Amino acid sequence: MAITDENIKLHNPTPEPGVEELVSREYKYGFYTDIEQDKAPKGLNEDIIRLISAKKEEPEFMLEWRLKAFSHWLKMAKEEGQPKWANIHYPEINYQDIIYYAAPKKKPKLDSLDQVDPELLKTFEKLGIPLEEQKMLTGVAVDAVFDSVSVATTFKAKLAELGIIFCSFSEAVQNHPELVKKYLGTVVPPNDNFFAALNSAVFTDGSFCYVPKGVRCPMELSTYFRINAADTGQFERTLIVADEGAYVSYMEGCTAPMRDTNQLHAAVVELIALEGATVKYSTIQNWYAGDKEGKGGIFNFVTKRGKCLGKNSKISWTQVETGAAITWKYPGVILEGENSIGEFYSVAVTNNYQQADTGTKMIHFGKNTKSTIVSKGISAGHGNNTYRGLVKMQPRAKGARNYTQCDSLLIGDKCSANTFPYIEVQNSSSSAEHEASTSRISEDQIFYCKQRGLNTENAISMVVNGFCKEVFRELPMEFAVEATKLLSVSLDGSVG
Amino acid sequence: MTTTLVSPNLTVPEKAHYIADFELFNKNGATVAPAWVRQLRQKGFARFAEMNFPTMKDEEWKYTSVAPIVKVPFRLAVEYPSGVLAKTEIEGRFFGQPGWPRLVFVNGIFSRELSSISGLPKGVLVKSLGEALKENPELVEPYLGKYARLDDSIFAALGTAFLQDGAFVYLPTGVVLEKPAHLLFVSTAEKEATVVHPRILVVAEAGSRGTVIENHFGKSGQPYFSNVVTEIVVGEEASVEHYKLQREDENGFHIATTEVFQKRASRYAGFTLDAGAQLGRNTHRVVLDGPEVDCRLNGLYFAAGKQHIDNHTAIEHRFPNGKSFEVYKGIVDGRARAVYNGKVFVRQAAQKTDSKQTNKNLILSDLATVDTKPQLEIFADDVKCTHGATVGQLDESAIFYLTARGISRPNAARLLTFGFANDVLNHIELEPMRVELEAELLARLEASSVAK
Repeated sequence: MAITDENIKLHNPTPEPGVEELVSREYKYGFYTDIEQDKAPKGLNEDIIRLISAKKEEPEFMLEWRLKAFSHWLKMAKEEGQPKWANIHYPEINYQDIIYYAAPKKKPKLDSLDQVDPELLKTFEKLGIPLEEQKMLTGVAVDAVFDSVSVATTFKAKLAELGIIFCSFSEAVQNHPELVKKYLGTVVPPNDNFFAALNSAVFTDGSFCYVPKGVRCPMELSTYFRINAADTGQFERTLIVADEGAYVSYMEGCTAPMRDTNQLHAAVVELIALEGATVKYSTIQNWYAGDKEGKGGIFNFVTKRGKCLGKNSKISWTQVETGAAITWKYPGVILEGENSIGEFYSVAVTNNYQQADTGTKMIHFGKNTKSTIVSKGISAGHGNNTYRGLVKMQPRAKGARNYTQCDSLLIGDKCSANTFPYIEVQNSSSSAEHEASTSRISEDQIFYCKQRGLNTENAISMVVNGFCKEVFRELPMEFAVEATKLLSVSLDGSVG
Repeated sequence: MTTTLVSPNLTVPEKAHYIADFELFNKNGATVAPAWVRQLRQKGFARFAEMNFPTMKDEEWKYTSVAPIVKVPFRLAVEYPSGVLAKTEIEGRFFGQPGWPRLVFVNGIFSRELSSISGLPKGVLVKSLGEALKENPELVEPYLGKYARLDDSIFAALGTAFLQDGAFVYLPTGVVLEKPAHLLFVSTAEKEATVVHPRILVVAEAGSRGTVIENHFGKSGQPYFSNVVTEIVVGEEASVEHYKLQREDENGFHIATTEVFQKRASRYAGFTLDAGAQLGRNTHRVVLDGPEVDCRLNGLYFAAGKQHIDNHTAIEHRFPNGKSFEVYKGIVDGRARAVYNGKVFVRQAAQKTDSKQTNKNLILSDLATVDTKPQLEIFADDVKCTHGATVGQLDESAIFYLTARGISRPNAARLLTFGFANDVLNHIELEPMRVELEAELLARLEASSVAK
């Protein structure tokens, strides 16, 4: 067949959308559900903390714990203020201008989905996670967090049979205070950092999971977080404990509606793996990133850390970060037990004016501990993407090993990619390897794909997905599909 | 308007001796300097007064505490310590090449009798900075103090405040200096703890070519502090090779700030050796201030005992088609601590940059520590940038291979360690220097835990 203009048109029936058009595509999940909210007044002080604690009908030890954290936070705020070392820029946050407690008005306890507020269900449907469907088709137990209060928990009975506790954090505080008391704050102490202290003082809800000895959790556990009411910072707290020989895989995914004022999100996640246990934690984060001028968007200041307490335990973090105006997040692993393993797989995308300073911390204490870090950063538009990671081999971590690979992909000439690895080795039998590269999608690759009939956009999507493959294959199947889609949406039209 | 230099930071006790010495310095010989030099010193002093000594809370000093320097009341070394250094002592430091033009500085002060300059090509200057300020101010003024940044380094500010003597190397347009200019800095402190502030300025005009050796060593019974500031300007299409050898004795503290500016299509090759000093820190910055620039930085550090060696490098690509290659290797033994921080900046205009950075460390002892931090900051998209860092031990299978062939284990380990380091020494193009450093490395390996 001769190559004529017509043929070309035939193979490329609609002209490719221009860069302008693609870049200006609006956030798909930007809607706002009008539900009556039970709000606390703006501001942060001891009374607010007492109010939160009282609203959640918490036992005394939790209130004390919160107040202690608050005093740490006050001290940090006074002495140093919010941390300034990260490679991110944002206006000073007024912590007195935030509502620290907002919950949908209290409804009687529900047994089935029929009793759930249809408005709420609609919200989840728009998000593409209808509980019914999930229940039937995917076998995923979803603990949906709407703002701060857990609304529905599925598959609870099935999990309970195996002795697995999977519930909202508030429920755990009431029903399993001994477990909460034993593990809360043991991985991320309340004085760990500014945002962790803030979270410890004011967290409203989150998820709790305990997998007993020798139990393999039969399904992927997951929660969807959602920030709704304007000016409400969401401070969730997640605690996952895998007892000896247990296995659990946990997925977290989020979207947030479009708001003009910046919303603060300071979560804390703690994972604990006892002897022989494995915890796998996967995240897809697609919060509102602000508009194309960089206005609005979520501030995502998160502290996530796991502790391999026992021998032969393993903690694996996988994250796909495509949303949020600013991401400040370093999921780490403290490798305490002998032969324990820590893993970190990450894809972070920054487009428009997004900023991400993310990475991991692998702290090796135990003998023959191993860690693997694979980080893929993609910058487009005016995005600023930073990998910051710490690998530390303590003197007693004999025979410890680390392998780190960080690759950055740049799309466009106004974005930036940075790599700041910190490697600290304090004994003579450990080894750490780090390699990093920065490159862009080459013209050759695009040309090759176009020659074979792909349009530019698909060609880029293909190259980018290939670039991220090592991370995506660590994701649970349900997430992997979503992640691939998300990536192409996030990078829509970023290359002309 | 009168400006007052007294700020709250001046009153801290650890600055007192520097302040007292600065006043004396101003009253004495320093007044003969031209007005612009005195202004430069005042600027340096003002900056020194404003700043605090860094602590480990400063990102640039995260792994290195300067407290051991701050707490010693170092006095400015002024008097020429006659008879302390035998001529023969110096002669052993020429790499067997007495014919290389050399400038010798004892405690930062130029020594005419120990120096030897002859047979330089026309227009080439290799002379003391103090003399150059008097005799060739028109060549010095456009460059001196223009490249050493005072804003972020209290040590560069301090060095600038006490700027008096040092070395000046000038290569006129298109001239080739075949023999390397050898600059020897000897420190001695017999009665009290002293500080010297050597200053080096190298200017290579367009199309010129030359080699400079900065050779620091000490022989001292007292603590001493060498605070070196070096500025190197490489003109268009010029080429400069720069060797910096730091072999201070165990009483020495060595802090060096080296700032290199490269213009279009120039070439700069830097080599740094750190073998001495109880605390040694190099801040080596190269700005690629023109297109098509080629920059190479190589370094070797060998820290044992309680030594602390810190290398901070920064390469800034500002224009397109720049190339930078960097390899630093370290051997760390005993209770020593080695720090490496290598930054590569690629500005938005610097498209088609090709940059590669490698840092490899060998830890020989369980009490030794290595902290390495390679950094990439990239603002251009059409670039090829990589970095790698490793910390580890000798490859057991390589040792096995050698022992299976009848080589004893200590010898096998020595051989492999030598090979590891020699990779960097191979970049030294001055044969006599390479041979000497190889021999020194072997001697040090004999004494290290590798041989056990």
